Amino acid sequence: MSNSQLTPGVVPGRLPAEAIAANFADVAPPLDAHEAHVAADRCYFCHDAPCITACPTAIDIPLFIRQIATGTPGAAAKTIWDQNILGGMCARVCPTETLCEEACVREAAEGRPVEIGRLQRFATDAAMAAGGHPYARAAPTGRRVAVVGAGPAGLACAHRLAMHGHEVTVYDARPKPGGLNEYGIAAYKTTGGFAQAEVEWLLAIGGITVETGRAVGADVTLDDLRARFDAVFLGIGLGGVNALGAQGEGLASDAVDFIARLRQADDLAALPVGRDVVVVGGGMTAVDTAVQSRLLGAENVTIVYRRGRERMGASGHEQDHAAAAGVKIVTNAMPAAVHGEGAVREVEFAYAEDGPGGLRPTGETFRLKADQVFKAIGQRLAGVPAGLAVEGGRIRVEGPGRTSLPGVWAGGDCTGGGEDLTVTAVAQGRDAAEDIHARLAAR
Amino acid sequence: MASLAADFVGIKSPNPFWLASAPPTDKEYNVVRAFRAGWGGVVWKTLGAEGPPIVNVNGPRYGVVWGPDRRVLGLNNIELITDRPLEVNLREIKQVKRDWPDRAMVVSLMVPCDEESWKAILARVEDTGADGVELNFGCPHGMSERGMGSAVGQVPEYIEMVTRWCKMHSRMPVIVKLTPNITDIRWAARAARRGGADAVSLINTINSITAVDLDRFAPEPMIDGKGTHGGYCGPAVKPIALNMVAEIARDAETRGLPVSGIGGVTTWRDAAEFMALGAGNVQVCTAAMTYGFRIVQEMISGLSQYLDARGMGLSDLVGRAVPNVTDWQYLNLSYITKARIDQDLCISCGRCYAACEDTSHQAIWMKPGRIFEVNDAECVACNLCVDVCPVADCITMERLAPGTVDPRTGRVVPEDYANWTTHPNNPMARAAE
Repeated sequence: MSNSQLTPGVVPGRLPAEAIAANFADVAPPLDAHEAHVAADRCYFCHDAPCITACPTAIDIPLFIRQIATGTPGAAAKTIWDQNILGGMCARVCPTETLCEEACVREAAEGRPVEIGRLQRFATDAAMAAGGHPYARAAPTGRRVAVVGAGPAGLACAHRLAMHGHEVTVYDARPKPGGLNEYGIAAYKTTGGFAQAEVEWLLAIGGITVETGRAVGADVTLDDLRARFDAVFLGIGLGGVNALGAQGEGLASDAVDFIARLRQADDLAALPVGRDVVVVGGGMTAVDTAVQSRLLGAENVTIVYRRGRERMGASGHEQDHAAAAGVKIVTNAMPAAVHGEGAVREVEFAYAEDGPGGLRPTGETFRLKADQVFKAIGQRLAGVPAGLAVEGGRIRVEGPGRTSLPGVWAGGDCTGGGEDLTVTAVAQGRDAAEDIHARLAAR
Repeated sequence: MASLAADFVGIKSPNPFWLASAPPTDKEYNVVRAFRAGWGGVVWKTLGAEGPPIVNVNGPRYGVVWGPDRRVLGLNNIELITDRPLEVNLREIKQVKRDWPDRAMVVSLMVPCDEESWKAILARVEDTGADGVELNFGCPHGMSERGMGSAVGQVPEYIEMVTRWCKMHSRMPVIVKLTPNITDIRWAARAARRGGADAVSLINTINSITAVDLDRFAPEPMIDGKGTHGGYCGPAVKPIALNMVAEIARDAETRGLPVSGIGGVTTWRDAAEFMALGAGNVQVCTAAMTYGFRIVQEMISGLSQYLDARGMGLSDLVGRAVPNVTDWQYLNLSYITKARIDQDLCISCGRCYAACEDTSHQAIWMKPGRIFEVNDAECVACNLCVDVCPVADCITMERLAPGTVDPRTGRVVPEDYANWTTHPNNPMARAAE
């Protein structure tokens, strides 16, 4: 292949295979034992630690860090998993800079928090490498629960239910379990097939059957599940993508699909990418798409966000990461039209002011040369089974994930209340499982 | 820059930083390197009596206690006295003293506890032109099993006896190196003085096991599955050494006896502290063994700067803190303080709260928003919150003004100094005069 960064159009192999492999290496390499020891020693073991409060799953962070410092990463991992069974993935993908590490008192003191995320990864990696599964199941209850969606919420729910002795069947429409962990996260954040390895490790508790390629609505119905199981948990995520609402929309690609394809690609050098890539949006999906386009060899990548930088869903850390990868971020501009005949040629944007009355075009426009344009402007609920109350575009839940239908719980991105984070989904799945367990036990 | 030139019992050196008798001073090569680096003097590693050289173990000689990032906090050794032939050491000592006449050259000695052995070696050391001798009554491992080292230092009568022999058979200044492995350092120091010692040096190492291997169930350092107690030194032992130096400095029978301070001296500040408590100079080992000889440059610049900033000479520093070392019974009970938390500096970690609430006097409130405040009605001014606070100067102890009421006791803070000796609760109290 003789493509280069300058080859026009959407083509594969813009960089040598080795360069692409290097680009997609672990973005935050793991701490070695000594580094972990030094990093762990920085923890003050705060009273009623703010980091615990900031963690959606309320991991006892000072305790697990102290367990690392004293040379027992296995015990540290157990502390993490007791609260967050996907602690390994969360260690990689959590925006710690806006959660635990933002709350760390050393962030307040010196602008350099304890490296909680990396320490969490150290502990969970060490414990997983040691093999085995740290949880045993309670005596079988004879109860059966269906979990729809093998993403973070569904898996966390399934694991906790299995631990309590229930039989769980997990349905997922995709060919592999893992949900966004497997399909929706930048490749360099979770290298080496970690998402699947973690799912396998999680399923080792036993009592969980995973049926992939089975979509609710198409292959099974909620009514059917309700009839066959004692309880149902829905962790179906957000299946739809928001529209640009601009002329020529059909020429734009879906950023979520791009990330999924990239994650599933056996050979990244065979994955086509544009020379001039424009990503519309301001969240993590936009950053992951833009950065990975650059890493594949796109010459120019621009993120265009309709509001100011401070309103971007992507954290400052993520924005810096994009900038460091050579991505240009343009703010206060909304897409007006995608131009091109059969393929994108350029994207037209209108500058906009963000006022009390909403976004208002200033009248000034500009065009960006593009042969590939991605929309990353959010996802929406799709394929909600009939009969479920929906509110604000999400399945309505009360308390620990109780939906409007008896015997049906929900959690994760398909419900409101979270911030569409893996860690929130895990917390919701876990809490719903406890509620389901309590309900089944009371029956 | 302030002159650091020091005169210790007549032994002159360009600065008060000597290397202690230990592996760094075992041979000419090391000592010359040390002098090039700027050390004011050395105490040559302990020589033994004529005869077959000492044998050392061939496994680890050192055990360690690490702080974070493998910082050496304490070091333990089971090395014996020099294992090189006596005549080689004596030849090298003579040569180095000739080449470096301005540096202090003291020779450490440890021979069997009979007068002839001491007499014999003293004559040979004197012949080297060395400035003085240091009697090793301190090493707590190995040699002590053979009736030397700390086996002598633990018996005041032996200290006195051997010191007297040495003064009798030599014109050189005699420094007696004391072991801390005793109940009261003053007994050993008094014995040395009675024997005619020109000075004492302390502390030698503290008997120790640095760790236990939890797989092999054996102490560290471990030789083929077994271990033995060794001598502990380094930053961890400094507080013990400081107290022993101060005890000698303020004891009626040993007051004025020159002291060479040893024990965890790592920086100029450590050296200054020893000297303030009465040490005329300091000896260093672990810091050099950890970082190399170049550390003396920091000690020189740091101590000079400190003295310059206060317009003091080196001799002004020596013993300056001694009058302020007292017995508990004389501490001022009218001095009443309360902890104060600077809310601007507080990072809300809550360590002060956990420490006070769990282990002390429940004198810190945790208020909404992670605000920590001191409850004066409970605060006994123990200082634990200050000690565990990770932010310097965030928590301080503020004195209550005389005449105000201490909310804890409900009593007025007295104007005048008052101590336990006259306290009404003291059954032995004397009437105030």
